[in-house]
Amino acid sequence: MNPPQSTVKPKQLDVERIRADFPILKMDIGGKPLVYLDNAASSQMPQQVIDRLVRYRSTQHANIHRAVHTLSEVATAAYEEARRKLARFINAREEREVIFTSGTTEAINLVMHGFGRKFIGAGDEIILSTLEHHSNIVPWQMLAEEKGATIRVVPIDNSGELQSGAYEALFNPRTKFVAVTHVSNALGSINPVKQMIAHAHARGVPVLLDGAQAAPHLAIDVQDLGCDFYAFSGHKLCGPTGIGILYGKAAILESMQPFKGGGDMILSVTFEKTVYNAIPHKFEAGTPPIAAAIGLGAAVDYLSAIGMDAIAAHEQHLLDYATAELARLAGVSIIGTAANKAAVLSFVIAGVHPHDVGTLLNQDGVAVRTGHHCAQPVMQRFGLPATSRASFAFYNTTAEVDALVAGIRNVQKVFT
Amino acid sequence: MHWWPGFAMFRRFSHESQRLMADPKALYQEVILDHNRKPRNFGRLDHASHRAEGHNPLCGDHLSLALNVEGDSVAGITFEGESCAICKASASMMTVAVKGKTRQDAQQLIDEFRAMATGELDCGSAPHHLGRLTVFAGMRDLPTRVKCAILPWHTLHAALNSVASTSTESNDDPMNAPIGNA
Repeated sequence: MNPPQSTVKPKQLDVERIRADFPILKMDIGGKPLVYLDNAASSQMPQQVIDRLVRYRSTQHANIHRAVHTLSEVATAAYEEARRKLARFINAREEREVIFTSGTTEAINLVMHGFGRKFIGAGDEIILSTLEHHSNIVPWQMLAEEKGATIRVVPIDNSGELQSGAYEALFNPRTKFVAVTHVSNALGSINPVKQMIAHAHARGVPVLLDGAQAAPHLAIDVQDLGCDFYAFSGHKLCGPTGIGILYGKAAILESMQPFKGGGDMILSVTFEKTVYNAIPHKFEAGTPPIAAAIGLGAAVDYLSAIGMDAIAAHEQHLLDYATAELARLAGVSIIGTAANKAAVLSFVIAGVHPHDVGTLLNQDGVAVRTGHHCAQPVMQRFGLPATSRASFAFYNTTAEVDALVAGIRNVQKVFT
Repeated sequence: MHWWPGFAMFRRFSHESQRLMADPKALYQEVILDHNRKPRNFGRLDHASHRAEGHNPLCGDHLSLALNVEGDSVAGITFEGESCAICKASASMMTVAVKGKTRQDAQQLIDEFRAMATGELDCGSAPHHLGRLTVFAGMRDLPTRVKCAILPWHTLHAALNSVASTSTESNDDPMNAPIGNA
């Protein structure tokens, strides 16, 4: 008999059925079943997305927004349908608020060039956090250097949580922009972004959220968050590489200067004067990665059918289980113990360098990331050159956590 | 000559992959683990005639190398630093291998080690002077780890040529042909 179900409780995932959708999860690595725990770097693609890419390439491909022939119209419709799907996925008010980019990095660079270079000047201040990925640090440093602006950094505590008091204390009349990550890629900390945005908005300061690690794991509602910009990548979300989005509030996008010049982003061009196209096309110069955008549309369909709340609940269960199992291992320390975390587990093994951990785990078929995770300020904060990082997706199982734990025990055995 | 120019490389790679799969722990052989646990010539060297620092910014490996070159001979050599087991064992075995050698012989070992680790030198068929250092031959199948093994040798090359520091990611290092994926 089924127990009575509460209406608020997310449905349980049928993980075995989900896994059957992912061809790569059936692979062996060196004779061992693949245990793929590097989802924060890039997730795997279900057959539904692969099939959609094949269908586009086999029967629908032409350039978009241009010719009047059938294929061009089919491709344009599919591309714009993907934009609608992405807008729904993050609950954007309008689909023109979704700009296709090559990924999170390009989305942040777009805001730096389009907003930052127009509105941020000498003496102005930009607030970032210690938890940022390099892609949300370096563009702002480039801007600060060009304009004579200053970067201010929100510190974290020993658990990897942003210090809210210190964040609020950074604001002053020179503060012009906040760019923070929603979820830390190195530690998994989920930042209190809604409160942070409210604090910034009360002082008239716009906020960009780097959602690269949040969008694959949490239901995102940009209207509820209130953020001015939200950026994420398709390939961490079961979609293709080379595609991502920048969400921006329509009014602020319209006020910005274009990022890249070229075809499709203009209404008319003469050598005397060029009139830019309306958003979102103003920011999509040149032929975009049409197939990748359509594939990303299929990926968010796939995730929405499973349900982001159910995905988040399953991943929380995996994180709780993995955290408890690793905590039982002598000599293993978990780095990043924020109360509110996504399914990312950074750890170090006493006396063993993370690169040796990564190579030995790989020999057991377990794929983890080792290194500084493109977040060197986080590593410096903990006085570590690198960590090993297991990051979970909704298709991972507790049996795979057990394989990780067995792999870690094996590493410790080799290095005794 | 096969009709496909890449065939020889493909055959070697697929053959090597199978060999590694058959013996998955091949890389972390006892001799490497032993040198990692008890590195030889580890520590400071007073009155060194040559010093160099080696960095791998991608993984944080860091190595300080000090040499005492008397006449044409490497009379003393020590290293310090923090690194992965592959790098530390490579450094330890390197100091053992070059101690007492002439500069020319040391340079030859540097060239041979690098050729072995990058797959240009097949230790099974070509003549070489690497001896026990051939435990690192398996590195060529792990392009992401080749730099770990080569860093000490880069640093030795820099020290012998009076270059104060070297990095696996610098372009001006003559040793630093592109290896693997950053």
